[in-house]
Amino acid sequence: MKDLFRKREFNLFIFILFIIFGVSWRTPSFLYINNFVDILNDTAILSMVAIGQLMIIVTGGIDLSVGSSLALSGMSVALLNQYHPGIPIFMIILISIAIGLLLGSINGLLVSRAKIPPIITTLGTMSIYRGLVFVLCGGTWVSAHEMTEAFRVFPRRSFLGISSLIYLSILIVILFLIFLNLTRTGREIYGVGGNKIASQYVGINLKKIQYIVFTLCGGITGLAGFLWVARYAAAQSETAIGFELQTIAACVIGGVSITGGSGTIIGVVLGAFFMGIVYNALTMINVSPFWQMAIQGFIILFAIIINTVMDKRNQQLMLRKRSFNE
Amino acid sequence: MNNCIIEMKEIKKYFYGVKALDGVDFKVRTGEVHALIGENGAGKSTLVKILTGVYQPTAGTIILNDKPVQFPSPQISQKAGISAIHQEATMFPDLSVMENIFMGHHIRNKSNGLLSWREMKDKTQILLDKLELDIRPDTKVNNLSVAQRHMVEIAKALSLDAKVVIMDEPTSALTLKEVEYLYKIIRKLKSEGKAIIFISHKFEEVFEIADYFTVLRDGKYIGEGTIADITVDKIVQMVIGRSLEQMYPKLEAEQGNIILKVENLTKIGVFKNISFDLHKGEILGFFGLVGAGRSEVMQTIFGIDTKTSGEVFIDGEKVYIANPSDAMNLGLAYLPEDRQIQGAILAMNIRENITLPIIDRTSRHIFLDRNKEFEITDEYGKYIEIKASGWEQLVEDLSGGNQQKVVLAKWIATKPRILIMDEPTKGIDVATKATVHNFISELAKKGIAIILISSELPEILGMSNNVIVMHEGVITAKFTREEANSKKIIRAAIGSISK
Repeated sequence: MKDLFRKREFNLFIFILFIIFGVSWRTPSFLYINNFVDILNDTAILSMVAIGQLMIIVTGGIDLSVGSSLALSGMSVALLNQYHPGIPIFMIILISIAIGLLLGSINGLLVSRAKIPPIITTLGTMSIYRGLVFVLCGGTWVSAHEMTEAFRVFPRRSFLGISSLIYLSILIVILFLIFLNLTRTGREIYGVGGNKIASQYVGINLKKIQYIVFTLCGGITGLAGFLWVARYAAAQSETAIGFELQTIAACVIGGVSITGGSGTIIGVVLGAFFMGIVYNALTMINVSPFWQMAIQGFIILFAIIINTVMDKRNQQLMLRKRSFNE
Repeated sequence: MNNCIIEMKEIKKYFYGVKALDGVDFKVRTGEVHALIGENGAGKSTLVKILTGVYQPTAGTIILNDKPVQFPSPQISQKAGISAIHQEATMFPDLSVMENIFMGHHIRNKSNGLLSWREMKDKTQILLDKLELDIRPDTKVNNLSVAQRHMVEIAKALSLDAKVVIMDEPTSALTLKEVEYLYKIIRKLKSEGKAIIFISHKFEEVFEIADYFTVLRDGKYIGEGTIADITVDKIVQMVIGRSLEQMYPKLEAEQGNIILKVENLTKIGVFKNISFDLHKGEILGFFGLVGAGRSEVMQTIFGIDTKTSGEVFIDGEKVYIANPSDAMNLGLAYLPEDRQIQGAILAMNIRENITLPIIDRTSRHIFLDRNKEFEITDEYGKYIEIKASGWEQLVEDLSGGNQQKVVLAKWIATKPRILIMDEPTKGIDVATKATVHNFISELAKKGIAIILISSELPEILGMSNNVIVMHEGVITAKFTREEANSKKIIRAAIGSISK
């Protein structure tokens, strides 16, 4: 437990409590359990994709194409559902994941084999994938009445008052907690990000690791694509535009080092939750929608500054402790 | 005698209790070429960094033109007329010669405050003409040869109106002809009354160009004098100066069969025809100056670089090593030179670092086994005496010496049969050095074959059973422990075997 909440993650946790306290003091209804379930529902998809983004950032890369991949896989399965309503929902989910894996592995191949820097690769595929969404739908929507009932309600189906959306995101969190912390490949991902040259010297295959993280991120994004269009009961060409920036923000708020090598899933999940809370709170305390975006950005920067300051203080304490030891 | 432009008195510099400089005196006069001589780690660079304002001395005074001064920053030192030309030229490769020369002190138009490129271009042209350099002010530095880049650095020093020019190993990457040209320029600067501090490992150069010398050893001032009144032997004596047998206990050399055989290994443009044998339990020292190609040979054997031709045999069988994994499977381990860049993963903890190369052994199927990891870390961490608050401590929070121990532990945990160590004691304190030396001896006793690359002569002489000396990519000499002495080794390392 000490490990789980050390440093940045713990700071962020305190900051979140602080915001909850502050907002509920002005708007007590903020504290209602239903409101929290809403926030969790709102941040479930963000948390999942941010975990994919985390793995890529830890290796020193970045994925700008997640928003477009999400839209492309979402649009594909929405159209599939519209024209072939007979396909069972679990097949739809698998197809959505498969499309995501494919899109992610294209990124992975371009980065690892063609050696194009991740930011350039995904800047390109971001436009390509988004363009394919337009091609697929021809500029029209797939709206609620064109989807089957099973498709539409899937994310909202609940068990013990909690939606399948939240269960799925918890499943993803647990799976990737295990993957990153308890498997060889997970350890190698952190190794590559921490020091590429040293990793090469110990025999880690950099290309393989790069391919794996992009592909896995794609898979998660594919799943998120289905969940997104089903939850909002609409697949549009503008679905999830700018979403990649939110996933990066969740990572950075959660203490992921943008230069690679460090970052935890708990941090990223807290980061996503933090963004959800800020968004929700601003609505609850009736901040004008025109102001919301700017204030959101300001609070995100503030959180990161606090985090960095606390981090520096921890490091100085550490240094002082060290010079005493020697 | 009092035409001293710079006088440094009783300079001391401590780093976390390690004495890098311990009361050094250093005087430079106008119109002289002053050679600053000493082994790696003798304190030359530290002294230069104090003079150029990069470091602040712990104690001591600097006197410039008879007035005590302080250089709290490089800019202030530069303004006072001191310019350093670095070993590996620190330039902006994508900018032009002119932009490089005036970086940091651009000339502005007096009336509108904008940059005056025309004036800078004219001034650059004058400087280039003076240095007899046939390049244009707007040529990109990228397109220049190493020698030309050095000249541009000198031009920059002149543009700053430097009175003292420090040259740190200026000839290390130059051809003979370029060196001649550099000498010509140095003499010209000298005749104009500039003082030149010339740092070099190569004694022949010192005797060719310098007027005066100062020797440092282990951070201490050893002596000074005019070059005309001294011999090479005397200077070598001053530079080395200690009895090696006292520092390094003689090894009982029990060498077994040949385990590694390298034949005519060549990588065009880097090294050629490298052949040697390595026996079980042997410590084979590789000595050479910076750029002699020792690390490159080892990296090629370890599968990091590719060879042009040549063969490698292990246990008498020809092997093909395409990448580090192959090398590790054959029982090789490579402790790289730069522990921060090539060795440790700073953002990981000690346990994760040590078990990274042996992840096969510490995991079951795809899952890691933390208990096993902890066990192995505990075993090797204690064995190598890593000082840390626990095995979960991040490596970036350790001292340099302990970081090096982590890298050492990491490779020893792979249970190698052949261990290549590249500068294993570079930049670590004396106490840790001694521990590392003990381990090297112990490992050899256990029958591990060790290749020790070192630029520290005492270390090579004290540790090795056999010594190979390289110069510019070729092996220039091989000595047994009995044959080897510092003079022979240095001669071979600077490439003058004939003398």
